[in-house]
Amino acid sequence: MSTINLDRGLIAGADGGTTTAPAKAPLNYLNCESTVASWLLTLDHKRIGLLYLVGITAMFILGGTFASLIRFELLTPKGDVLSGDSYNKTFTAHGVVMIFLFLIPSIPAVLGNFLLPIMIGTKDVAFPRLNLMSFYLYVGGGIFLSLALLFGGVDTGWTFYTPLSSSYANGNVMAAALGVFIIGFSSILTGLNFIVTIHRMRAPGMTWFRMPLFVWAMYATSLVQVLGTPVVAITVSLLGFERILGVGIFDPRLGGDPILFQHMFWFYSHPAVYIMIIPSLGVASELVTTFSRKGIFGYEIIACSSIAIAIFGFIVWAHHMFTSGISPYAAMVFSFLTFSVAIPSGIKVFSWLATMFKGSISYASPMMFFFGFIGLFTIGGMTGLFLSTLGTDIHLHDTYFVVAHFHYIMVGGAIMGYMGGMHYWWPKITGKMYSELWSKVSAALIFVGFNFTFFPQFFLGYLGMPRRYHEYPEELQVLNVLSTVGASVLALGYILPLLYLPGSLFFGAKAPKNPWGASTLEWTECESPPHPHNFESNPPIPDHVYDYSQLSKEAVRVSH
Amino acid sequence: MSATNTHKDTTQGHDTHGHHPALAHHFVSLEQQHEANILGMWVFLVTEVLFFGGMFTAYAVYRFKFNTMFQEASNQLDITLGCLNTVVLILSSLTMAMAVRSAQMGKAKPILGYLAATAVLGFAFLGVKYFEWKHDFEVHLIPRADFCWDYAKERRVEADHHEKGKPFVTKVLGKFIGHHEEHAPPTTDRILADKKNPESQQARMFFVLYFAMTGVHAIHMLVGFGLIAAVAFWASKGTYGPDYYTPVEVLGLYWHFVDIVWIFLFPLLYLLGAHLGAGH
Ligand SMILES: [Cu+2]
Repeated sequence: MSTINLDRGLIAGADGGTTTAPAKAPLNYLNCESTVASWLLTLDHKRIGLLYLVGITAMFILGGTFASLIRFELLTPKGDVLSGDSYNKTFTAHGVVMIFLFLIPSIPAVLGNFLLPIMIGTKDVAFPRLNLMSFYLYVGGGIFLSLALLFGGVDTGWTFYTPLSSSYANGNVMAAALGVFIIGFSSILTGLNFIVTIHRMRAPGMTWFRMPLFVWAMYATSLVQVLGTPVVAITVSLLGFERILGVGIFDPRLGGDPILFQHMFWFYSHPAVYIMIIPSLGVASELVTTFSRKGIFGYEIIACSSIAIAIFGFIVWAHHMFTSGISPYAAMVFSFLTFSVAIPSGIKVFSWLATMFKGSISYASPMMFFFGFIGLFTIGGMTGLFLSTLGTDIHLHDTYFVVAHFHYIMVGGAIMGYMGGMHYWWPKITGKMYSELWSKVSAALIFVGFNFTFFPQFFLGYLGMPRRYHEYPEELQVLNVLSTVGASVLALGYILPLLYLPGSLFFGAKAPKNPWGASTLEWTECESPPHPHNFESNPPIPDHVYDYSQLSKEAVRVSH
Repeated sequence: MSATNTHKDTTQGHDTHGHHPALAHHFVSLEQQHEANILGMWVFLVTEVLFFGGMFTAYAVYRFKFNTMFQEASNQLDITLGCLNTVVLILSSLTMAMAVRSAQMGKAKPILGYLAATAVLGFAFLGVKYFEWKHDFEVHLIPRADFCWDYAKERRVEADHHEKGKPFVTKVLGKFIGHHEEHAPPTTDRILADKKNPESQQARMFFVLYFAMTGVHAIHMLVGFGLIAAVAFWASKGTYGPDYYTPVEVLGLYWHFVDIVWIFLFPLLYLLGAHLGAGH
């Protein structure tokens, strides 16, 4: 069955070039209005999602440029490309841009905005104006932050640790903190909007356990955004008071406690990791069931494990502080709790494997990204256990082992999931099919390049190379060269979609309503691209969201 | 149309359903819109709890660490004015609740009256706060370069001595309109010497948190005034009635929240460890 679908996709791609006739296109959210104002002032969640897509893509390119500079500098043991100071500013900029301006908004703001109302069968999010405001807060904060990083720069690292950030760092610490504050509110408003939308806007018949797992993931993510972000907002505000007024909340010379800053910072910034990864877990659940043509294994438990990860995420923050001088008893508790995050994560991975088991797996490109995702996410999660073990963490803390670990989660997990999601929903969003061949090449390059970039860093860290230095001993050069070469391949893998995805808008075949034979509402009840109001009337809600027994026929019928 | 949604506006049957001018197109019914807005405000208030929570955490940590000096510093605050402000703010919550009630009953005039009363009480609160902060400024308790704990203590002893035996009303009035004897500000040497004193540093930490917390609280009240003005404007146009009063209720939730923050701030900052009536 799956190969039939895939073939049909390819056939559509073959004859699409000759049959695209724009004249008779039915009304959809893209062609309903075309003025600039209709885009920049739109209240349509789908258009706002696309605005975000433009914004975060620009930020991804910016953050990627900083990453390239870092890898270029580390090609040789001597600091010959960047001075120590510029290197500090570069890795700070890389971290700040990638985390606050790309990863945190990525899936929720783009795919979540586009899909969440459709998936629960409603016309829009609960607060469309707030949604648009959230976008402009993102743009304003993003421009502010980017300018602060590019002109003058910040050299504290994305963690803004005191007293470095409050007493010693020069540069635009205050501007960066203000940028983070503004972007934080953008994130909070998105989360608030999604929570209310899921609670109050579901179509009649759309019960909680009939929602797609992506929606559950968005709900869990929103909880973290709403509960965590205000804490980092007040933390950077206190940092601002400290820096501007010279008061000593975190300054030991004035009686303050720098560890308090770390607690308050990580109270948000550990859960922020889950803001980045839970959406990808949600995307993965959608991909694996669709491309295995099999109902997901353990729907309820996957849904609840998203919530569980969100809750666990709030009680593990001090694992970043094992070497900061916290109480050993607290460290033991936080170590234990950190281990327990592996339970809901493991539940998800095993459920995906069980879903594929005896499924009818098709190897369409979104599924290729899923394969990459599941492998990299698993390695990232398992190496997290090394770091949550108190003894090993003392050796590995602040080394490249940590860098490799969190890149496996954030790049290998979160971005891989984002790429999978973009490829999966691209036909729905744009109404166009992209090239299967090039997208598979991209998935392969990203997987190979990623592993070459970051796997050697586990060894570098184990051998004792600390993070955040622009020089290193000569005997570590081989591994560093390997990493830089891998990064070049990885960059190529990311550049390709920047070409063929926009290219598909001009050259791609017209996407059918349901090219993958998927079972969720955006595929079964919505045209590609969707109507401005998503549905003509309330869509019928199936009893089981991932039921392919009726769908297989429909998918084939759509195909000719 | 949703079969599960029951709607209150049954006077015209289904014809008017969805045609209320206040109903946004993406909601099925006014009831759904109302519930979404109320939940939205509740979720927002949860974020506010966490926002203030960061400061409460810092307060708890330093209260635990510097307990004695926090009590000493706390005694520099004016409990009488703090009590007065607490009463003022609770009254404003009452008038706000009455405004919501009037909106639900569809009484346009009383809505405006109660909103105005709420705003007046809110301004009164900030007015009292102004006098408190002004006093802190005069005795060098603002945590900036010229903070001088030593000087503030001395001034406090003088003031207590001065007020001894005076009737309560005179004391209270004196806080607002009392004459102020000119005092020589502390010398630079004295400030520098004071800076090295750990007790002064710890008292200063109290005042950092005091100004941060009451300052952020005051900013929330200023936002509240803006919201009251907006809701009052729409109320004056007769927008609100028994079937549509969502913004008034949302505003009410916000205002009550700001009051509740104060209900926590007051005992933490003014009352814990206070030397009630003991004098010095
Ligand atoms: Cu963490």
